[in-house]
Amino acid sequence: MYLMLLPALVMLILFHFLPIWGVLIAFQDYSPVKGLWQSEWVGFGNFLQFFASRYGADILRNTVFIAVAKIILGQVTAVVFALMLNEVRVRLYKRGIQTATTLPHFLSWVIIGGIMVRFLSTSGPVNQIMQSLGVPAIRFLGKADVFPWTLIFSNVWKEFGFGAVIYLAALTAINPELYEAAAVDGASRFGRLRHISVPGITPTIVLMACLSLGGILNAGFEQVLVLYNPVVYSTGDIIDTYVFRVGLVGQGGLPDYSLGTAVGLFKSVIGFFLIILSYWLADRFANYRIF
Amino acid sequence: MIKERGVVNWSVDVVLYLILLLLSLACVLPFVHVLAMSLSSHGAVSSNAVGIWPIGLHIQNYKYMMGEQVFLNSFGISVVRVVVGVSLSLLIMTVTAYPLSRDSLHMPGRTAFKLIMLFGMMFSGGLIPYFLTLKLLNLLNTFWVLVVPPALNIFNTILVINFFRGIPQELWEASILDGANHFQVLFRVFVPISKPVLATVTLFTSVFHWNSWFDGVIFLKELAQWPLQSYLYSRVTTRMLQWATAGSADKAGQSFAEATPEGLATAMILIATIPILLVYPLLQRYFVTGLTLGSIKE
Repeated sequence: MYLMLLPALVMLILFHFLPIWGVLIAFQDYSPVKGLWQSEWVGFGNFLQFFASRYGADILRNTVFIAVAKIILGQVTAVVFALMLNEVRVRLYKRGIQTATTLPHFLSWVIIGGIMVRFLSTSGPVNQIMQSLGVPAIRFLGKADVFPWTLIFSNVWKEFGFGAVIYLAALTAINPELYEAAAVDGASRFGRLRHISVPGITPTIVLMACLSLGGILNAGFEQVLVLYNPVVYSTGDIIDTYVFRVGLVGQGGLPDYSLGTAVGLFKSVIGFFLIILSYWLADRFANYRIF
Repeated sequence: MIKERGVVNWSVDVVLYLILLLLSLACVLPFVHVLAMSLSSHGAVSSNAVGIWPIGLHIQNYKYMMGEQVFLNSFGISVVRVVVGVSLSLLIMTVTAYPLSRDSLHMPGRTAFKLIMLFGMMFSGGLIPYFLTLKLLNLLNTFWVLVVPPALNIFNTILVINFFRGIPQELWEASILDGANHFQVLFRVFVPISKPVLATVTLFTSVFHWNSWFDGVIFLKELAQWPLQSYLYSRVTTRMLQWATAGSADKAGQSFAEATPEGLATAMILIATIPILLVYPLLQRYFVTGLTLGSIKE
């Protein structure tokens, strides 16, 4: 029996706990030449350096703003879309719509980004259409005040169809007799929507709201990495991309492993407590358990 | 079935169906445009004339890509990565899930092990220590870095555990009484009746491996080792690598006068999308199963 758990144990130690032990370098001025044992200890110096720098506050604000906007707009869109789709009675139509709208979820941000860069360029189709309507061209990916919204809406576009699947599952679980009884009692179509459909998916909405709390620091690493450029760093740079640039690529020099690790650790610790909180809330308000 | 009558209801339906149609078009038209671009002539692409229909239909972009050694190579790496990565994952996940799913099995430390797994899922050391760990383990710049570290997906393992828990206790006891050892019970009894969850996990893991690109970009130095999506990132998204001679290239006696950098990029995007489209009908059948980790207890 224990033999069966051995592979998992080895994997956990090598790829989860060895890196966790490695966060020690966040408290050092780590040098790859000197190694973990010889490098100089600096306490919380790296953390202070990050928060004192002019990037620190910007990056935190960008991360939370983008992530929260994505969660709220994404969930609202998914719920409204699911309720609309649930009203469609032509089965083939419903199926077709679902097939079309869930597809983007399964494609990587490299592919979606590659398409977006072409679609949203100043000479691309979106701006062409807007110009023919008399609206001046917008640099969706090259203007700092527009860029976060490009991230948010493209994420909503990519995920709303898949996000609706869980609500549709909840809607199909509602007993059809409820609708019929309400219709007999004279409830209008909107009455049934309000008093049967919406209450029917409320537990799911509560559950998703609780669980989404764990993702407040996840603003979408791959998406931002694919779409951003130095012009929009002031509003589009997030914790993950900052860690990547500072800690692995190196900004104007060698990578600063310690600073990158410190900022990453800050995110991990806060994220950990957020996830615990989200599961606790989900258990409390939606009776949701993992095991 | 409730029958609706009246003009109001009818017009509500029309508006509803129209909005939904527009939403679907918004999801599909970008891909149609990309397809049209990849099939359009040099002149049409350069002058931005292409909408959702190809202008000056030709397939030179695709022919060109079929002769691109690095591209074909990266495609092959991605295929191997999916096959090896998924097999490895399935093996580790089923073997791990089995002992953790039987509460009646006397096994001190099981709860502790579950907690450790949960902790591993919720807390990570972050990107830099992860990178340094892989370096320490000499996995950098090898193919294995793409498939071994992600093999134990804790989320998917919990899905399998929860499915295994639903297998009747009597069935398990009967198998053990028949003298089967645990590996036999797992592979001859549990695995065959767990097709729905294993199909779900297989599909999700396949899509994960096919779509991953970041690991290739940072863990592998040589372009020749990169999977398709990493290659796509450098070529199509960042345009790090410039096209050598696209445009009026002559390669092996073939003319590529109609090929354009944009046309080649869009052709690559589509080629990378096709495998997902192929498994998409299957995905649709199973994705509800993998939606949430736990369940709502009554």
